[in-house]
Amino acid sequence: MLSIKNLHASVEDKEILKGINLEIKAGEVHAIMGPNGSGKSTLSQVLAGNEAFEVTSGEVTLNGENLLDLETEERAREGIFLAFQYPVEIPGVSNLQFLRTAVNAMRQHRGEEEMNAAEFMKLAREVSKQVDLDPSFLKRGVNEGFSGGEKKRNEILQALLLQPKLAILDETDSGLDIDALKVVSDGVNALRSEDRAILMVTHYQRLLNHIVPDYVHVLAGGRIIKSGGRELALELEEKGYGWLGIKDEEEASN
Amino acid sequence: MATTDQEVNELIKREYEHGFVTDIESDTFEPGLNEDVIARLSGLKKEPEWMLKWRLKAYHRWLEMDEPDWAHVGYPKIDYNAISYYSAPKRKEDMPQSLDEVDPELLKTYEKLGIPLHEREKLAGVAVDAVFDSVSVATTFKEPLAKAGVIFCSISEAIRDYPELVQKYLGTVVPHSDNFFAGLNSAVFSDGTFVYVPKGVRCPMELSTYFRINAANTGQFERTLIIADEGSYVSYLEGCTAPMRDENQLHAAVVELVALDDAQIKYSTVQNWYPGDEEGKGGIFNFVTKRGACQGKNSKISWTQVETGSAVTWKYPSCILKGDNSVGEFYSVALTNNFQQADTGTKMIHLGKNTSSTIISKGISAGRSSNAYRGLVKFQPGAEGARNFTQCDSLLIGDRCGAHTFPYIESKNKSAIVEHEATTSKVSDEQMFLCRQRGIDPEQAVSMIVNGFCKEVFKELPMEFAVEAGKLLEVSLEGSVG
Repeated sequence: MLSIKNLHASVEDKEILKGINLEIKAGEVHAIMGPNGSGKSTLSQVLAGNEAFEVTSGEVTLNGENLLDLETEERAREGIFLAFQYPVEIPGVSNLQFLRTAVNAMRQHRGEEEMNAAEFMKLAREVSKQVDLDPSFLKRGVNEGFSGGEKKRNEILQALLLQPKLAILDETDSGLDIDALKVVSDGVNALRSEDRAILMVTHYQRLLNHIVPDYVHVLAGGRIIKSGGRELALELEEKGYGWLGIKDEEEASN
Repeated sequence: MATTDQEVNELIKREYEHGFVTDIESDTFEPGLNEDVIARLSGLKKEPEWMLKWRLKAYHRWLEMDEPDWAHVGYPKIDYNAISYYSAPKRKEDMPQSLDEVDPELLKTYEKLGIPLHEREKLAGVAVDAVFDSVSVATTFKEPLAKAGVIFCSISEAIRDYPELVQKYLGTVVPHSDNFFAGLNSAVFSDGTFVYVPKGVRCPMELSTYFRINAANTGQFERTLIIADEGSYVSYLEGCTAPMRDENQLHAAVVELVALDDAQIKYSTVQNWYPGDEEGKGGIFNFVTKRGACQGKNSKISWTQVETGSAVTWKYPSCILKGDNSVGEFYSVALTNNFQQADTGTKMIHLGKNTSSTIISKGISAGRSSNAYRGLVKFQPGAEGARNFTQCDSLLIGDRCGAHTFPYIESKNKSAIVEHEATTSKVSDEQMFLCRQRGIDPEQAVSMIVNGFCKEVFKELPMEFAVEAGKLLEVSLEGSVG
């Protein structure tokens, strides 16, 4: 489904990604682990089309189509979804209005009829229960005054509504207590299906206890230096990033 | 980031929709201003002697006044003798007696603007006074309103038919000596709307005036007077558009509101005068004095304005809170794009006991525009227990525009309470990225973010117009991201 070949990307002329190669098939769940500054978040932002990053070489295709030629919104409509690490607030725009606009943009792209307000309200209420968000959150401004955990649950709510082909989760576990982690993980597991791929970006392996990946990749210095199965994550937890000869600032400071 | 800015820039560039010119024969004065011009104007309108005297007195006072230069705007010096002070579509008769007699070309114009003058059509719940250049061409729903005792007519008619009311109130809220533009207006005002709501009457429908400038090199000087007698209520809305022209045109209006004991006036404006082109060429100079007097106890005046048009705006709808317990409100959205300049805000003058006022101002600047909020909150010694709440928010789109806030607070009463909040924010790249990542067009994203920012003000507009205002914002924002 997603094919990344020798991807290089930089921000403000500083190269962050230095040749990423990755193949993800439909139905698979991949985890990308790595220390801070390894380029994990950059990879997710580049795939989603954040224009702050410049792709200097390499290619990325989604179901054979060149992804890098597409605008951010076109990628989204082709099925790329990014759950943000730090979801931004949009004051005064109700979550409901925002979500309906997004869902209808996708439907329009697929040549389907737009959902009216009543239909959408019903759907959104159901899905919000699935991520344990009170339906009253739908009426509030997008992420406006939400706690860290509520913001993350709101991201998963969006993924469930938009039903993407490839869901990229950027540090979705950060800042979550154990209960919230459970809710978010249940939401992500509900997304798992044969025709959908999931790419999780995380520093810690604890998320992987809840969402068990098929493949684990270790990213360091802008390259994938090791790939393996679920056991690789457990090994990393036990031995630390230092085991692979990687310096992890967070570990160092602990 | 650069790319996003460029996109936003493109979004803001949409053509002004109402820029067409109606091809109609007009009677237009030669440019220039002197006593003869004023006398001719007054004569054409068959005004009584006192009115002409009133105008001439204002004219002489105006000659001694200086054009204000304190606003945060810049524009070339206006030659007041290069302007024509009267232009009206030619008529076969003196006044059309009914809508059927109105020139079809004019009816078409208003239809094109989305303001059908046929009473059975779209705006069935709204009575309209249509002002074209210097004259009122039609007023709808006069009869049902008259049944309720409400007078709704052009100010020219009111001067002839209700001289006592006009003489009693005209110039009492905005005297001709108030400021340069009010002085000019008092001398040469051509038409406008008059409303009187009698004691205890709740006006059965929304009233509105639609102002259209059509003729070139003409100024529009309208005058509106609304009186709400004891215990009455009225909601009034005005809308304005003009053709696209390379020359600037002057619009200097005066609006006076009077609310007696327990009366309420809700006054809403959707201002969409031609703003000039992308290079800042042309557009309307909108120099307007609007003021309401809460004369009676427990009275209330509420101003809501959505200002998206005009090259230069100089406008401060204000409230004089004289009656005890009276309430003044000002809700404003001012959007500037390209080279537009706006200096707008309000004055809340607290005179009576326990008077209260609320100011919510939302300024949006895009392109290379400049947007200033200027507000005065004043508590006189008698304003025991008075209070004000002010909230001023600015939203910047791109990095070449400017937002300024000039709040003035004067208190001569120790018991008065003032609260002031101000914020400045940007449509951020992160917000744009979030919206686009969810499949939303950049254009739709900007308009959604801006609409969210204005929500508190839009909810104050009459329902029929809240949607329109949202759309207007969308159009005005086109090509703005930059």
